[in-house]
Amino acid sequence: MHILVLLKMAPDVVEDLEIAPGGKALDLDCLRMILSESDDHALEQALLLKERHGAKITALALDAPEVDDALFTAAAKGADRVMKVVGMDPGFTTREAARYFSQAIAEEPGLLPADLILTGVQAIDDLDGLVAPIVADGLRMPYLGIVTGVALEASAQAARAIKEYPAGVRGEFLVQLPAVLGIQAAEKPPRYVPVAKVRAAMKSVKIECSQALTLADGGLPLVGVVEMKRNEPAGHAEMLEGKPDQVSGQLCGILAERGLF
Amino acid sequence: MTGNICVLAEQWRGQITEVTYETLALGREVADQAGVPLTAILPGSHCRELARFLGAADAVVYIDHPLLAETVPQTCAEAVAQAMAGERPRALLVPLTNISLGIGTLIGVRLGAPVVNFCRDIRVADGRLLADCVMYGGKIEATVEAGAPSGPGPAILGIWPGARQAEKGRAEREVPVTDAAVVLEDTGAIRLCRYIEPEAGDVDLTKQEVLVAVGRGLQDRANLPLAEELARALGGAVCGSRPVIDQGWLPLSRQVGKSGLTVKPKLYVALGISGAPEHIEGMKDAALIVAVNSDPQAPIFSVAHYGIVGDAVETMPALTAAVEARKAAGQHA
Repeated sequence: MHILVLLKMAPDVVEDLEIAPGGKALDLDCLRMILSESDDHALEQALLLKERHGAKITALALDAPEVDDALFTAAAKGADRVMKVVGMDPGFTTREAARYFSQAIAEEPGLLPADLILTGVQAIDDLDGLVAPIVADGLRMPYLGIVTGVALEASAQAARAIKEYPAGVRGEFLVQLPAVLGIQAAEKPPRYVPVAKVRAAMKSVKIECSQALTLADGGLPLVGVVEMKRNEPAGHAEMLEGKPDQVSGQLCGILAERGLF
Repeated sequence: MTGNICVLAEQWRGQITEVTYETLALGREVADQAGVPLTAILPGSHCRELARFLGAADAVVYIDHPLLAETVPQTCAEAVAQAMAGERPRALLVPLTNISLGIGTLIGVRLGAPVVNFCRDIRVADGRLLADCVMYGGKIEATVEAGAPSGPGPAILGIWPGARQAEKGRAEREVPVTDAAVVLEDTGAIRLCRYIEPEAGDVDLTKQEVLVAVGRGLQDRANLPLAEELARALGGAVCGSRPVIDQGWLPLSRQVGKSGLTVKPKLYVALGISGAPEHIEGMKDAALIVAVNSDPQAPIFSVAHYGIVGDAVETMPALTAAVEARKAAGQHA
């Protein structure tokens, strides 16, 4: 079994997000990039499948700040091969990202055949589409998203995938392999890996590079950002200020006035 | 459909979803601004009768096929793309839900059309279709031009739940229904085996008047008793956002949001919850929302009535003590 995991870096929203001059994009120089949260879950789901069934895991990422750390961490966790696509224009969109992934999968030896291609179902910057369905369509593979669990059938020709629906309902799907799954959450939280193990991976693991090809002209309808600004949420809420005991006292008064306890 | 504003109508388990009504309400506004009809596109199998619930639209295009009995993204996208082929609608609004996620992207790919996700609002200005999008976990608002009238295919617009009130898009009446024939291949690649109903939890969150919700700001499972003590003092129950559930700190039955429950308590205290749109979807209609978060830019403050910028772990015991003291004072009075 070969599992290909597609990884994309995304801005860390715990940090302040700055808008670039011109007001139409984030300031890339001020961003701290981390592995997209659902991609981290996709990697974890691949690792769980490897533990259960035995598998070779290839982690394929798009070049971005901190991507080497993410790939070495993936290797330290158990990925057998790590590769990044390099040479893209900065600020590529999600549909372009999907195309870069698809090109690398088609061109780089050993990425296909893959029995399963796992990636996060959605990233916080997926403004113009989602990676997983586009890659699936390009490879003519079936696609299922919002997946929170995967179990292989004994034949290894199919998998049972759990998809989330609203109101806590889930659906169990039988998916013929090879397939692309958009992972919402792995069955377990992404594992912690000690820094020492990551450092060891940095010394022993080589990140392979795949040169991005030029995207075909006119292939992608552009989406034009007119303006981007920080959400200023505090305007809605009445903010209570002071030390914890002070604001707690204020809040209690408000709740009591409303008869809430 | 040429020039029309279209809405993809979700049906799930025999019913039109609430988010469809919300999206119809938004679509109605946009269609009126543009001076064009609103068309609902309803894919399904043997569910033509559901078209009468789509009365907010001027017309319904019904796509009937056995493979559309369940919403499998590639199949549904292929069906809608076929139904729209040869037509030039101005835009197709697709709910961003667990049912329909991915369908908009796939329609865009098939039609070579632009896709804009995360839309909270859409308007027509000087003939341009502009979408206001909430992205980066709710921290950034972007205004996006969503395709010109002469652009490559309709603009495919992914709409966040909560964009409008469902009531504004709910209208039961007879509307003209056109049947669209499609040819779909049964590859058997993806089949729904069964639905798994949520296990009944020890507490029915939907019936609680007070909910104390914890998020990533809880920091550690060991801090969960602090939330439980606060909930006990307020006479409510503890629930959580997705990260807390994924960590296994609370069971799935306590999840509020897109994949969990939708709650409308009298009081919702959000502790260490940033307020990603997926969480807000499940609690925005609470009568009173109090948010505590160390990040003054946290999007949760955009729906909260009262906000406290602070550490949730530090605030919980202080708030519990204040509630207990107030209750004790009330008993003595």
